[in-house]
Amino acid sequence: MSEHEHTEHIVPPSTYLVIIFTLLFLTGLTVFAAYINLGRFNIVVALGIATLKATLVVLFFMHAKYSPKRTKLVIMAGIFWLIILLFMTLSDYASRVDYRGVHFPMSQNTSLHSSPHS
Amino acid sequence: MHRTGALYGQFKTLEQQKDTASLGMWIFLVTEVMFFGGIMLAYTINRHTYYHAFAMGSNTLSIQLGGFNTVVLLASSFTMAMAVWSSQTGKKKLIPMFLTLTILLGFVFFGVKYIEYAQKFHHHLVPGRNFDITYCVNNPSKCEDIDAADLDVERAEIANALAADPDLNSHAQLYYSAYFGMTGLHALHMIIGAGLLFWLLRGSLAGRFTPEWNTPVDIVGLYWHFVDIVWIYLFPLLYLIDRHK
Repeated sequence: MSEHEHTEHIVPPSTYLVIIFTLLFLTGLTVFAAYINLGRFNIVVALGIATLKATLVVLFFMHAKYSPKRTKLVIMAGIFWLIILLFMTLSDYASRVDYRGVHFPMSQNTSLHSSPHS
Repeated sequence: MHRTGALYGQFKTLEQQKDTASLGMWIFLVTEVMFFGGIMLAYTINRHTYYHAFAMGSNTLSIQLGGFNTVVLLASSFTMAMAVWSSQTGKKKLIPMFLTLTILLGFVFFGVKYIEYAQKFHHHLVPGRNFDITYCVNNPSKCEDIDAADLDVERAEIANALAADPDLNSHAQLYYSAYFGMTGLHALHMIIGAGLLFWLLRGSLAGRFTPEWNTPVDIVGLYWHFVDIVWIYLFPLLYLIDRHK
């Protein structure tokens, strides 16, 4: 470990203001995007924007950008484990048929607003 | 017990002592990520399996109330970050002010959540023997808080959803179980967070937090921001399914 005294990085209020307004803008954007029919990509866009927002919160509000490397390692390890949980479980579901002989509907993109028979 | 920045024997510097505290908090937050991650995974699988019921359930939520609460929670994260900044820069008068603002915004969130929950009880949308997804459509006089035009839309949606999923009522209960479970756990975290904020407020009014020692403000800040992140995901997952026409 380095013997140098590394002084605490203080994030200035101006950065926090930029981040909060970006977050509010992205909130508006995600509501706006929900009203556009993108088929199966609606959820991709919604979760993409949510992940962008979460990243901004983690990096700036939670100071991860200015944290020591070992703290960053813990964060990245947590995200990596979460990806294993999500990716492997969902790929298992996506590649099976259930007890009714029905495929897991990963590509479901029918809407309530249009008749299923049309 | 007043720990006001004394250096414990196992650390070389106060800086290292603080980094250790925040590392510990991050490890706890990673366990929380796995906790909420597992629940969201179960939700996603059910949502894909019973798409129509989940879309139907999602459409009965109010985007206005949910969106408002998202803004409130983001604002509270901002005031929390400012409380941390105030303690880092030794602005002792500002710390209690920003903490109070954070608590107030937290309570606004609870208030809106109460309105939403109460409405679901009135509309027979709480899982259990009285659950009935068609209640408002069949008893419009009992759901005066819903616009008649919205009810017409809902009537058409229920007809479409029933055509695709005859057991809609059971599967819609799955959606509402997930809704109450996930938002309830999130609210529980916020109640714990609000308790911690009151504890910080007391400490800050006693002038306990200084640029040299503000670890509790920083750590509770991490927790509060994490709870905000959970909501950042819950909002699109629960409120924004199949909103387009």
